[in-house]
Amino acid sequence: MSVTAAENWVRPAQQQGRLARTFDNKAFLIFICLLPALGLLSVFLTYPLGLGVWLAFTDTTIGRRGIFVGLENFEYLFEDPIFWGAVFYSVFYTAVATVGKFGLGLWLALLLNNHLPMKSLLRAIILLPWIVPTVLSAIAFWWIYDPQFSIISWVFIEAGLRDTNIDFINTAWPARWSLIAANIWRGIPFVAISLLAGLQTISPSLYEAAMLDGATPWQRFRYVTFPMLLPILAIVMTFSIIFTFTDFQLVYAITRGGPVNSTHLLATLAFQRGIPGGQLGEGAAIAVSMIPFLVFATLFSYFALARRKWQQGESND
Amino acid sequence: MANIITRRTILGASAAFAAGSAYAQSAIQTHQATAPRLPIESGATLRMLRPVRFVQPDEEVFRANCARFTQQTGVQVRVDFVGWEDITQQTAVTANTGAGPDVIIGFNEAPHIYVDKLVELTDIADYLGTKYGGWLALAQRYGKKHGTNNWIGLPFGASGGPLVWRKSALNQVGVQTPPDDLGQYLDLCRKLKAAGKPPGFALGNAVGDGNGFANWLIWSHGGYLVDEEGKVAINSPQAIEALTYLKDLYQTFVPGTIAWGDISNNRAYAAQECWLTANGVSLYFALKNDPATRPIADDTEHSLLPKGKLDTSPMAGLTLNAMVFKHSRYPNAAKALLAFLLETDQYDPWLQANLGYWAQPLEAYAASAVWNSDPKIRIFKDTMRSNFWIGYKGPISEASAAANADYIMVQMCASVASGQATPEQAVREAERRARRFFRR
Repeated sequence: MSVTAAENWVRPAQQQGRLARTFDNKAFLIFICLLPALGLLSVFLTYPLGLGVWLAFTDTTIGRRGIFVGLENFEYLFEDPIFWGAVFYSVFYTAVATVGKFGLGLWLALLLNNHLPMKSLLRAIILLPWIVPTVLSAIAFWWIYDPQFSIISWVFIEAGLRDTNIDFINTAWPARWSLIAANIWRGIPFVAISLLAGLQTISPSLYEAAMLDGATPWQRFRYVTFPMLLPILAIVMTFSIIFTFTDFQLVYAITRGGPVNSTHLLATLAFQRGIPGGQLGEGAAIAVSMIPFLVFATLFSYFALARRKWQQGESND
Repeated sequence: MANIITRRTILGASAAFAAGSAYAQSAIQTHQATAPRLPIESGATLRMLRPVRFVQPDEEVFRANCARFTQQTGVQVRVDFVGWEDITQQTAVTANTGAGPDVIIGFNEAPHIYVDKLVELTDIADYLGTKYGGWLALAQRYGKKHGTNNWIGLPFGASGGPLVWRKSALNQVGVQTPPDDLGQYLDLCRKLKAAGKPPGFALGNAVGDGNGFANWLIWSHGGYLVDEEGKVAINSPQAIEALTYLKDLYQTFVPGTIAWGDISNNRAYAAQECWLTANGVSLYFALKNDPATRPIADDTEHSLLPKGKLDTSPMAGLTLNAMVFKHSRYPNAAKALLAFLLETDQYDPWLQANLGYWAQPLEAYAASAVWNSDPKIRIFKDTMRSNFWIGYKGPISEASAAANADYIMVQMCASVASGQATPEQAVREAERRARRFFRR
């Protein structure tokens, strides 16, 4: 009897609420869990970016809501020599500074990779230019390059090597090179420390094998170190190019784009036109015109340097 | 509001000040005038923005004045002091959103840009003008809507940038005071350069000093960026002549002025590398208050910028310009506050607290004791008598402000000085850029 009863007894199926069933749905759960991230991204990234792009197609100024003007801003910029000057200097600045940073940074990384006394202390010191807030180092460089109070000029004059102050930022080309030098100084530690990390992942056995084969130091660098560094080099270079191309603080603090607009980067020109000049639409258009350059630079370093077949276990073509 | 202010009431008012700071007595002449009826809304409170102080007593006296307004009317007033770079943007946000402070003391052109968002101030401006002997020329220019007698802003003062020079250096080359004639002035600069005591004027991206010099150069030759209708008129023989003159003048400058910012000439002057420049009164006070540079201050004189081909010295002061927003729920209280702050009991101590950094917009305050406090600053007294403004000779507008902030005139001058462009090329480039701003 009791057995029969037990067989017939069915656990009353708990009627699941609509809410509970919804939450059991995997797709819904994924959506819910992603929602905060999506919200943050759209509020702090998508919206400002979208607004920036929208502004580029309007004639908004500070103080007046603009109307849609299509490509008018870009048409004006296309004929604006100051804009093309900024494009030229942005590309030049990025190219030269990147070459400088990577040349010196790689060299520094190779030096630091050797066994040196007080290695960790040295590495910490190397990082200093990177740690100091950019604005502070920019102000230091501003003083170093000052037409009247430059310490470099002072040293040269005191040593009897010159009679007059050095012209660092008073004419176009010296100003351009001075800013590049400041940018290289600031960027070296980032490159050096990143590449040092890459160097330390290279297995010593590779070097031993190369030495057994009688490879010279140059050959060891060319055929072991360099190829093994390439993946990290690609990433570091991508970041470095983006940081350099979008640089603002150094230029704005030292020259404000002067003398006569010769050192404007696209970022500083966009700010100058958009905020002090009040032409928000035009400033946004300049900012938007940076995007193709950045995409190109990113793709270039990514595809040219990173996607090597041997990294996936195949031989090179 | 009292129509006749006796010395006794001034004394009483001054004594009432916080921090016990006593201000000298000024004999401010007033005329009979009837204050407009401004019944203050019940429960009114006010919020005001203004630029940060030059000197500490500025803020103290300003707050004390507002506190006294609260005492007399019961209207709470909150004053926020904002950085100079930010006030333009904050004004824009306030005007566009229709929320925020009731009153903003901004700079120069602000009321002209947001004119349709502002309460007209003609009643209190007329009252104050009648009572205090009239508004000075620069105040009228910045206060009134272009081509009308409708007041949209209430100027509170202006800060000018005349010539600052070393008496000993000029005397050394046989000159008593900088000449008004352009040829003689160039000659003076050449002599100073030969004596190893060169002049220096900012030609870099310096909003105040750079524009001050570039405007003087073009104006003193009879040129201007835009004409009375706001049409770009920089491509003129006068401007080309001015730039040709600059080529010679620049040769006499201390090296590096194309890279100069607003602070650079102050530093070079204090370091005795530059002996003739143009600046606000701040340079003199910085030198005077530091024992190490006190001798330089004693040797320093101010004089008006050379008149050149004009009858008056062309200098446009930076003007404090107050405006009341339509979105304010208490416009009467706001207007009453502004008028109150410009009355003798409040304004004169404030003027004195500012030591000459700001010069009065109303005729009667020329008698303020501040102008007797130091003979070397007396020249700043007439800052607002100027017939020149930023954007001369056009209407004051968003475009004139933007052209100024985008350094069109400065860079036109710098490109000629540096040899990058001929005067003809430089005016054409300035014309092209200015047309963009003035196209609307």
